[in-house]
Amino acid sequence: MFSFCSEPDTLDSLRWFACYLTTGVEFNLYLSLGTVLALLAITAPAALVFGFLGAMASRSHFLPLSLLGKIYTAMVRGVPDIVYFLFFVIALDQGLEWTKHQIVCPDWTEPIRQGANFIVCPQAKIPLSTSPQWVHEVYNFFLAVFTFAIVFGAFAANVLSGAMAAVPRGQIETAEAYGMTHRQAFWRILVPQMWLYALPGLSNLWMILIKATPLLFLLGVEDIVYWARELGGTKAAKFSAYPHPDWRIWYFLGLLVFYLLFTKVSEYVLTRINRRLARGQSISGNMA
Amino acid sequence: MNKQVKVRESKMKKLIIAAAIMALTAGSALAQTVVRMGTEGAYPPYNFINDKGEVDGFERALGDELCKRAGLTCTWVTNDWDSIIPNLVSGNYDTIMAGMSITDERKKTIDFTQSYYPPTASRYLAIKDGVDLKHAVIAAQVNTIQSAYVAETGATLLEYDTGDETINAVRNGEADAVFADADFLAPFAEQNDSGLHFVGDPVPLGDGIGIGLRKTDPELKGKLNDAISAMKSDGSLNALLTKWFGDGVQTY
Repeated sequence: MFSFCSEPDTLDSLRWFACYLTTGVEFNLYLSLGTVLALLAITAPAALVFGFLGAMASRSHFLPLSLLGKIYTAMVRGVPDIVYFLFFVIALDQGLEWTKHQIVCPDWTEPIRQGANFIVCPQAKIPLSTSPQWVHEVYNFFLAVFTFAIVFGAFAANVLSGAMAAVPRGQIETAEAYGMTHRQAFWRILVPQMWLYALPGLSNLWMILIKATPLLFLLGVEDIVYWARELGGTKAAKFSAYPHPDWRIWYFLGLLVFYLLFTKVSEYVLTRINRRLARGQSISGNMA
Repeated sequence: MNKQVKVRESKMKKLIIAAAIMALTAGSALAQTVVRMGTEGAYPPYNFINDKGEVDGFERALGDELCKRAGLTCTWVTNDWDSIIPNLVSGNYDTIMAGMSITDERKKTIDFTQSYYPPTASRYLAIKDGVDLKHAVIAAQVNTIQSAYVAETGATLLEYDTGDETINAVRNGEADAVFADADFLAPFAEQNDSGLHFVGDPVPLGDGIGIGLRKTDPELKGKLNDAISAMKSDGSLNALLTKWFGDGVQTY
């Protein structure tokens, strides 16, 4: 990176670190920060959409739909996140490959499940094993994003249906007295007012989502936890120009600071939004 | 022809999806010569991630040379050691070059080429002297021939996901010694950092290290076997072994 980096052994510690922290392998760590931010940027709105649909479904007067919504929201209650994550990613991947297998390899006679292995025909692999590496990485990332969105959507559905129920009944009755239909009252009266009730819960969810991002590591995506562990591990002088002992503690300390700063900034922004939303509402603005 | 008729009978949408998938597969059949080489990337000097963030080491150098001789285009991917065999079988990559010894147990699931590294000696590395290796607490990487061996000796086995973690276990006193390939341990013993040194005698284990393959890939196995034979006979494999493991290494 810098011109003085050609012989790292001779450098003083400040310049040594300047060189060390700008090697190609360290950039994987910085790039993986982008992975985490991208995950949050896509998951948060997607989970909100899933949550909104789930909440609407569970309020529905059509029984199968409301059951579906209720089952979806009830999912968040008895099962640990990690179990969801491990289950969904594998189930989704195998489900997609199984479906594609049925379409492209109808003449395949070998069993798909052989003991612990799940083997579809080579043409049905998603992505194909001949695809470039970035396709594999993007596919894994989107499996993870989708799983995050489903799980956090269920949390959000819980929060939103609670918020919808919290809007005073009188508001809806008044709307109906003015001759609004069910749908009009929902969109014009209920939805705009429910956000104030939903925001504390959603803020909380956002915080949990930020803190859940290291689960990416569990799903095989090379995220910041993966690279912190990899880069922090002992590097022998034989294989690296920048040998160092086990520095994982310092790398993990860096992650700790990153997450702490991130949640702190989020907290500040969310408090501002809440104050803004509370303006001119019939209830007092000290919800947060 | 038959297939197309069947598709048309169902919905238009399905036809479009099927056509798109067929187009994708047809395109990839032409690029069939891309071989995805799976490795761990955490087992120097066999394989590791270098300062530039690329896969490097003995197996990278050897694998690239083998691909060149066999006329294959190869790309390298890393996978955790623990799931490296299942992910080969399910087709995430096509070969394993990760210091994997050829054993009868592994041969039940996957196929191997001939060895490209002679049967390895495994050794114990410890900080203290006089460790009773038969009854001590020994660290080893999970699912290795070494961990299987330690389990049989009667010592207490501590398993870790990566080789690096086994070394740390000895450094911070969780384990009395680590048991691994002598060549993996050698750099730590040479540096003598924190007083790490070899104890006990070398233990010969396994039938040498080979390239792991799916059993359904005899063609790839043939090509790689030929390339390995060629490198053995012209001495270039020995040159690579000496370059990465030093003069003391066993050669062909």
